[in-house]
Amino acid sequence: MRPSRPYQIFRAVALAVVVVALLAPLLWMIAASFKTNVDIYDSGKAFAFSPTLDNYSNVLQRANYVQFIGNSLWVAFAATVLSLILGVPAAYSMSRFSMRRSAVVVLMARVIPGVSLLVPWYYVFSNLQMVGGYTVLILSHMFVSLPLIVYIMMGYYDGLPTELEEAALVDGLTHIGAFRRISLPLSLPGIATAGILSFIFSWNNFMFALVLSGADTKTLPVAIFDFVGYASIDWGGLMAAATVVTLPIMVIALFVQKYVVSGLTAGATKG
Amino acid sequence: MSTVTTPVTRSPDARPAPPDGSAWSRWANAHRKWLFAAPAMVFVAVLIIFPVAWTGYLSLTDAEGSVRAESEFIGFQNYLDVLADTDRFWPAVWRTVAFTGVVLLFEIVLGMAIALLLWRPFRGERWVRVAILLPLVATPVAVGMMWRLIFDPNIGMANQLLGWIGIGPQPWLSGQHSALPTTMFIDIWQWTPMVVLILLAGLTSLSDEPQEAARIDGASTWQRFRHVTLPLLMPTVIVAILLRGIDALKTFDILYATKGRGGGSFHEVETLNVYAYGLSFDYNDYGVSSTVLIIFFLIIIGVMWALTYRKKGLDR
Repeated sequence: MRPSRPYQIFRAVALAVVVVALLAPLLWMIAASFKTNVDIYDSGKAFAFSPTLDNYSNVLQRANYVQFIGNSLWVAFAATVLSLILGVPAAYSMSRFSMRRSAVVVLMARVIPGVSLLVPWYYVFSNLQMVGGYTVLILSHMFVSLPLIVYIMMGYYDGLPTELEEAALVDGLTHIGAFRRISLPLSLPGIATAGILSFIFSWNNFMFALVLSGADTKTLPVAIFDFVGYASIDWGGLMAAATVVTLPIMVIALFVQKYVVSGLTAGATKG
Repeated sequence: MSTVTTPVTRSPDARPAPPDGSAWSRWANAHRKWLFAAPAMVFVAVLIIFPVAWTGYLSLTDAEGSVRAESEFIGFQNYLDVLADTDRFWPAVWRTVAFTGVVLLFEIVLGMAIALLLWRPFRGERWVRVAILLPLVATPVAVGMMWRLIFDPNIGMANQLLGWIGIGPQPWLSGQHSALPTTMFIDIWQWTPMVVLILLAGLTSLSDEPQEAARIDGASTWQRFRHVTLPLLMPTVIVAILLRGIDALKTFDILYATKGRGGGSFHEVETLNVYAYGLSFDYNDYGVSSTVLIIFFLIIIGVMWALTYRKKGLDR
């Protein structure tokens, strides 16, 4: 049955309001990143301003952002790959052998407040002289990505029928061979979902890098604070920095929208 | 749980399983359950369970100052001190609960409304979905900075908009009483889309038959929502509350980005997570901070337990 005409109009208006409310602030941030600080302070130039790239050249050159972009990429990439290597076989085993208690232990990591791990980590790693290095950052980001990957992949393997693996066993593959040649390739969409989400969460992570990174190893979310001074804020630079952090991840998410959505809603509809 | 070591040959023409020679391969296949799970479990044990246990131990000591300093075991003294602290601890508890309660209420109600609007296909659906996805993947710290500019009392767009409709400027994030509601607003802006996606996934998985039956029986739109859709969707709603609730309790990034250390000069947005962070890394008061964290952790577990208990009741 087609929705009635008045409802269709109501829906169009309501959704337009939602879209504007969600997008306008982001567009405002991007617009401000192209304004001089004088224009940002001038309400008459809210929409009519002559765009400048000064903020971006500040961010990328003076503020050393090229290095921080590299840090963020490296940490997110390494944490995601290592978590996939540890997490995918674990999720497979936990799904096929119904290791619910082990799964709960891994998933508890989604519940634990990050600060409660940071204190002991800081104790151990500062005694090992490792605070400020990439290794600690990558390990700490795995705390976010590993449980996420196990959670998504367990759901995926739960839904993957076992018949194909059984057929492979009959045809002479070992159990590990059946996993490697049948289940693993079949679960590539799930792995893509888990990997993309893990990358996004790691890229956006702030608290671990705030404590554990050094001046040269800080990631983008921490580097944003370089533009917030005690007395004043360089608004143009701050908005350019915020755009540099957010825009890449938003563009990536648009290209792989299907995976992002299926990852975020994983496990929401089954028991 | 039986681990099949000898391959089953079901049909006569199936090739026999290759003995595959090596003892390692046979051992690996027989023990694959733990071989697959162990690396992840060891990681979790070393980097998560052990630190949490250590936090539990630290909460019983007077550890402070340097991480290399000696500390003494003082039993439950920290717990007594923290629970008697009406200056910082209890206000932080109250703020955490208020923040979580308010954002959850708005996110679920708004999320449900938007999900229902998106439920049936329409033209332009793709664009709405894009708009919904963007806030959700944006870096929370950057989102905090973005709203900081919009809510700036002097140059922000928010006060300009209010000016156009004749309302005087508001202090927003810089007001002692308006800061917490403003951060709630930011959280609602960023995370309502998450609830929309979860509820939409739930709605799409519902079958049409109960809806049709109710329509034929003459139920109004509201009656169909209240008595058919909502009860069927309830397990998904609980999942959304659970996932969002855990994250809302632990909110840190936008609070730190908008108000800085200690939740502002009057601690106006200092939740338990912000308080514990400050105790650890601004004051190096590790013992007390561990105590706050253990209590915080127990609160989270309690809330989760209550919700999953409720969900199990619904699933039955």
